[in-house]
Amino acid sequence: MINLTVNEQPVTVPEGTTILQAVRAAGVELPTLCYHEGLAPYGACRLCMVTITAPHHGLVASCAYPAEEGLMVETHSPEAVSARRLALEFLLSRCPQSEVIRELAAQEGVTASRFGTPPPERAEELCVLCGLCVRVCREAIGAAAIGFIGRGMERRVGTPFEVQSEACIGCGACAEICPTNAIKIEDRGNERILHTWHTTVELHSCPECGRYFAPEPTGFLKDMFPEIENLWALCPECRRQRTARQWIEQEHTRAT
Amino acid sequence: MKVRSRSDLETLRAEGLSTLYPSRLKISVGMATCGLATGAAAVYDALRDEAARRDLDLMLVATGCLGYCQQEPLVEVRRPGRDPVLYARVTADRARELIAALAEGELPTEGALAIIPEEKPPAGSKPAGGLPRLNDLPFYSRQHKIVLRHCGLIDPASVAEYVAQGGYEALAHALLDLTPEQVIDEVLRAGLRGRGGAGFPTGRKWQICQAVPIQPKYVICNGDEGDPGAYMDRTVLESDPHSVIEGLIIAGYAIGAHQGYIYVRDEYPLAVERVTQAVARAEELGLLGENILGSGFDFNITIVRGAGAFVCGEETALISSIEGGLGEPRPKPPFPAVSGLWGKPTVINNVKTLATVPVIITRGADWYASIGTEQNAGTVVFSLVGKVANTGLVEVPLGLTLRDLIEGIGGGGLNGKAVKAVQTGGPSGGCLPARLFDLPISYETLTQAGSIMGSGGMVVMDEDTCMVDVARYFIGFTMAESCGKCAPCREGTQYMHQILTRITAGEGSVEDLELLEEVALWVKKASLCGLGQTAPNPVLSTLRYFRDEYEAHVKEKRCPAGVCRALIRLSILSELCNGCGLCRRECPAGAISGEKKQPHTINPELCTRCRICYDVCPVGAVEIVR
Amino acid sequence: MPLIPQPPPPAGGALLTRLHAINAEHGYLPEEELRRAAEELGVPLSQVYSAATFYAAFSFQPRGRHTIHVCLGTACYIRGGEKLLEKLESTLGVRPGETTDDGTFTVETVHCVGSCSMSPVMRVDGDTYGRLKADILPRLLRRYQTEAGGMSDEGT
Repeated sequence: MINLTVNEQPVTVPEGTTILQAVRAAGVELPTLCYHEGLAPYGACRLCMVTITAPHHGLVASCAYPAEEGLMVETHSPEAVSARRLALEFLLSRCPQSEVIRELAAQEGVTASRFGTPPPERAEELCVLCGLCVRVCREAIGAAAIGFIGRGMERRVGTPFEVQSEACIGCGACAEICPTNAIKIEDRGNERILHTWHTTVELHSCPECGRYFAPEPTGFLKDMFPEIENLWALCPECRRQRTARQWIEQEHTRAT
Repeated sequence: MKVRSRSDLETLRAEGLSTLYPSRLKISVGMATCGLATGAAAVYDALRDEAARRDLDLMLVATGCLGYCQQEPLVEVRRPGRDPVLYARVTADRARELIAALAEGELPTEGALAIIPEEKPPAGSKPAGGLPRLNDLPFYSRQHKIVLRHCGLIDPASVAEYVAQGGYEALAHALLDLTPEQVIDEVLRAGLRGRGGAGFPTGRKWQICQAVPIQPKYVICNGDEGDPGAYMDRTVLESDPHSVIEGLIIAGYAIGAHQGYIYVRDEYPLAVERVTQAVARAEELGLLGENILGSGFDFNITIVRGAGAFVCGEETALISSIEGGLGEPRPKPPFPAVSGLWGKPTVINNVKTLATVPVIITRGADWYASIGTEQNAGTVVFSLVGKVANTGLVEVPLGLTLRDLIEGIGGGGLNGKAVKAVQTGGPSGGCLPARLFDLPISYETLTQAGSIMGSGGMVVMDEDTCMVDVARYFIGFTMAESCGKCAPCREGTQYMHQILTRITAGEGSVEDLELLEEVALWVKKASLCGLGQTAPNPVLSTLRYFRDEYEAHVKEKRCPAGVCRALIRLSILSELCNGCGLCRRECPAGAISGEKKQPHTINPELCTRCRICYDVCPVGAVEIVR
Repeated sequence: MPLIPQPPPPAGGALLTRLHAINAEHGYLPEEELRRAAEELGVPLSQVYSAATFYAAFSFQPRGRHTIHVCLGTACYIRGGEKLLEKLESTLGVRPGETTDDGTFTVETVHCVGSCSMSPVMRVDGDTYGRLKADILPRLLRRYQTEAGGMSDEGT
């Protein structure tokens, strides 16, 4: 176990914990955009900046910094607060239409940006380039259907050549994890349309009720989870009913 | 032939000595990129063809760079038993004349710069024949060459010549006589610090990595020299590739790695070629591969060519580039020495650091530590360029002052103009004003003054350089080179560039200066990697030392250096203009008109204020109105 | 561990080496070649495309017969590299990144070719020219227009 201090409050956390996790364990709130507990630390949005005051000094991104024995951390030092505010002010200037960013900024006392507004072609921009979609697709799902394109201020997220992706399985994890709701996905009939990725995948219909419910390309899961092999094709509702029936039959057999 | 032992090295040494000091006429042409850029290839061809035509027995060699780039193309003529003579600024015509004279048994004096004595001359003695010795020239007299020890003196394609100069002796000593711990201890005691710019003690880095009980380990040579205005690493890779290879193998032995990588910047095609050849040659000889020199130690090197991304000079970005991804940095800790390439312990050292290692192993830590100052041991290589009389690559002991370098070695400003500032450390560094030129050069002094040592770029600026424009230039560079991962670097450099563009366009305000400083400090403190953390240095240092120039731009809408196009006007002084028409022909905008031998005029509507006319006018009739 | 099993990563530097080879062969990166590279190296196409769009060395547009790189490194910048570029633009009628109508020259800028002591510098294909002045550009360009490329004559 590691003992450290967050805002003068002692905290004990297990090995391998980040400062951010220790801060949250201490009950202190810190905003984040690029952090997700299921993915590797990334350190891109720079909202979770904290000051380490001892044994060495520095402003660090708490999500990516390992908790160390004896560390003294201040989450709201003047420099941490001002770094956070400037980051939000720039995000506000990048994505003025984003509800999430506006709220987050307001919580930190930032209501307007001195840094201008996006050019007309990016006026509706919602993406903050936190990279969660890219990382969940690669690290957690393993489809690696999307990636960063270009660099610097040209950087954006997209599929290769920005056309229909052959690797996308339509799982929607990207949209689920996106902190600013920047990814548009729509189920229409037997299709799932991932508008942001110029990609459409076929939906699978339930052999019992006929409802379209899961992307066809996720069918590979049945090989990975043999215990549900007979059930994977069913929609969640029919699966529930079938499982319940099987259970009742088993109980009945045992009873008699 | 395979080199399997020390005695095999001796055989190779003899071969090298026979080509280094042949018993017939030998001419060496400096053919690193600098030489080639000024026509060395044509000089080489002219020498070869003319010698063939005159049936002159001649050994013609392409060597690397002697560092005195101002005087390129450089040609060294060595007659058996005589001290070699170095010729400067040789053209193809002059090369033919040289051969003609040599065929007659004469040695022309015209264009001769110095002699290069092969024996160490007695102290205080004067060379015969009226020519100075190379090391007595002001450009060389204060230099101390360790990293550049062989550059321009050996054929980079010849491993034998490298061995003849003592090469691979350190490798034999390390592998056959020393334990990895002893190697690390030697480097640690020598006080060698990373020459990539950050100055972390090299021995300490090796120690940390060696102590991690995980295999495999890797060692990487960082040759992604991206700083504009700097070419030290290119020169070493082009002119003495085996010194880097030898250093890398020793580093591998010290930390327990069996695989090394040399990552070379894409814009250096000749360096890529020469280092690739050198690795292949070392493999042929068994200096790379299994059981090197019979020591039982195996080591291989893979060369990776960068692809044009400055950020890859940052070690974690370089690692991710080798792994096959983007050149995107990741947060530290963990440091690469603990978790680097594919998550394995990895040491990354700069080209110059590695090229220094063999000398430390051969000559000992005490010898190295005696050079330079206590906390800043050894020498440092600078590329002295910009508005300075003598441009070139110089290697000096740490602790020399900026003035020694710029005025002593560099000979002061170009065309006698006053030097205003020097920019060290490239886009990560700062601009230091002339009044600080008495600062001794060390990692700490330069950092305290608001710049950094960096990898060794030293760009001299004079009164015709606008410091606001320079700041805008550097931020434009980092903006274009930012990977875009973290918000401060991506958004902040872009915004600083907007402000600086506004100021240089004469549309800035006093509030802009405050905003600029606020954003610069944020980018410096909050960015993820070294690129972003240092990107504001050119802005912050110019704001600190040249605030008057910023204020002239925002308050008086005036560019004191006469650079910022929106704030200047060009006109031709009719009383001086002789109507030669050169400016009219050269003006890219077609803005100049006039009859032959009559005073010309500039149409301000068409003029783009590029100042080409100002540069080409032979009588100084073009005036910049500020 | 991701849900979908991943092939082992390629050898160090393999992807960059492959991209360089494609770019050298075709003068740019054709889509089908990138798709094949992904397949053969066992690397996700998204990763190949990310790398291809990240680095300045790679192009998605075919190039002219000769590529001119005008150096805008610090030393070249303060010693007139921009003027050189401006003269080149007006002589050839193209902007950086563009190719002349006859397909002879593509003009690019580069952040330093490491020949700073010879500034200002420009590179045509593999040849570097230093200590340039705007007025010798036309002569230099003519040699490339007439010859198929490269020049063995003396520098400048």
